[in-house]
Amino acid sequence: MDSGFDFDVIQRSWVYLFREGMTFTLTLTALAMTGGIIFGTLLAMMRLSSLPPVSMLAGGYVNLMRSIPLVLVIFWFFFLVPYIGAWILREPNPIKVGAFWSALITFTMFEAAYYCEIMRAGIQSIPRGQVWSGYALGLNYWQTMAQIVLPQAFRNMLPVLLTQTIILFQDTSLVYVISATDFLGAAAKVANRDYRLVEMYTFVAVVYFVVSYGLSVLVRQLQERIAIIK
Amino acid sequence: MNYNWHWKVLLETEPGGTGTYLNYLIVGLGWTLATALAAWVIALSIGALVGTLRTTPMKWVVRLGNLYVEIFRNVPLIVQMFLWFFVVPELLPKALGDWIKQMPPPWGSYVPAVLCLGIFTSVRVAEQVRAGINSLPRGQHMAGTSMGLTETQAYRYVILPQSFRIILPPLTSEFMNVIKNSSVALTIGLLELTGRARAMQEFSFRVFEAFTAATVIYLLTNLVVVLLMRALEKKAHVPGLIAAAGTPQAGH
Repeated sequence: MDSGFDFDVIQRSWVYLFREGMTFTLTLTALAMTGGIIFGTLLAMMRLSSLPPVSMLAGGYVNLMRSIPLVLVIFWFFFLVPYIGAWILREPNPIKVGAFWSALITFTMFEAAYYCEIMRAGIQSIPRGQVWSGYALGLNYWQTMAQIVLPQAFRNMLPVLLTQTIILFQDTSLVYVISATDFLGAAAKVANRDYRLVEMYTFVAVVYFVVSYGLSVLVRQLQERIAIIK
Repeated sequence: MNYNWHWKVLLETEPGGTGTYLNYLIVGLGWTLATALAAWVIALSIGALVGTLRTTPMKWVVRLGNLYVEIFRNVPLIVQMFLWFFVVPELLPKALGDWIKQMPPPWGSYVPAVLCLGIFTSVRVAEQVRAGINSLPRGQHMAGTSMGLTETQAYRYVILPQSFRIILPPLTSEFMNVIKNSSVALTIGLLELTGRARAMQEFSFRVFEAFTAATVIYLLTNLVVVLLMRALEKKAHVPGLIAAAGTPQAGH
């Protein structure tokens, strides 16, 4: 490799890196976070259900997802989603699913297990009296959950949920294994094309660091503000 | 769903000729464990040191420790893998860099993977160690020093023995994370369990048999680790000291 750090390659490619790669990464992060929190909250409610089959089903799912590596989960869904799609759409053959949709389904399903554990702790942190007073006012289970328990649980758990989202943001880089063009994937393409691995991977590391560290500082500030109000 | 299962594929010979596919995967588990255990040694040593130093009153040491933690916590693991594999050998003196690049496989991927995972995990261990030390009542430290122990002795005989026993459960889950995270090493060419499942899928076209087998092996490994650690936790449990059930940690 030539000596010296070649900034030129970054200057040449940064528009592509951010327009293609970072857009993919951020879209995937935002959608998977939304889907993951919704599905994770449902899972948490299922885990806390008094019906044993329901809580066991949710518990089994969460423990399975938390026991196997994310890379393996990504492979699983990459090959499984076309079959599930064919099954849902009643097609005879596995359907074609792009890397983005495959990744989105993977991360939603995977992160839901982690968001579930956070939300479960959040729900359990609400005193039982809150639930009882909801019932005493004539609200049913869903109303009590939606209007009394979950808003408080979200608020208590907000810093942890956001920290988990920062981890999700970092973990989306693993879509590299299914050759998706996320921020890392885009950089890897340029790196291999121009044979500038040192420059590109260092640049990628710096960008991820700046974004993640910036977000974690914001989360810490938020945590302090919430703590004072409480 | 119309997928024809063909479980006997596990007993067929893999193209490399080293034996059956099942054997191929088990050897992969061996590499997973070899990577995870070596990385765990690094993670525990550096993590214990950095975590402890961050609780001392030495301002500059604390700042350096914080810097170390922030750097390795805010860069994705796969990017760190690439840094260790592609970038570090280029930045070293040429002779050393060339020697690293010419290491025969699998060592050429194993060594960077272990260093990367070890340091990545050391940050998380450091956080646990610091939390464990901070969870002890301040009186423990004061009692130690007022009995005439030096600062080092107070840490050695009073603080650290207790905090390590308190943080054993979170360390267990960190150890399971190392096992899982070692799968990222497949991106730099280490054929550990997930990498071998992926290779098996490519050779044999038996997608779900390969991934199911790998999943089952991971689950069994987890089970063994949990049982072993539970026995250890029971032994190391500090009577009368209930580890605070803190807020759940974000993880992956």
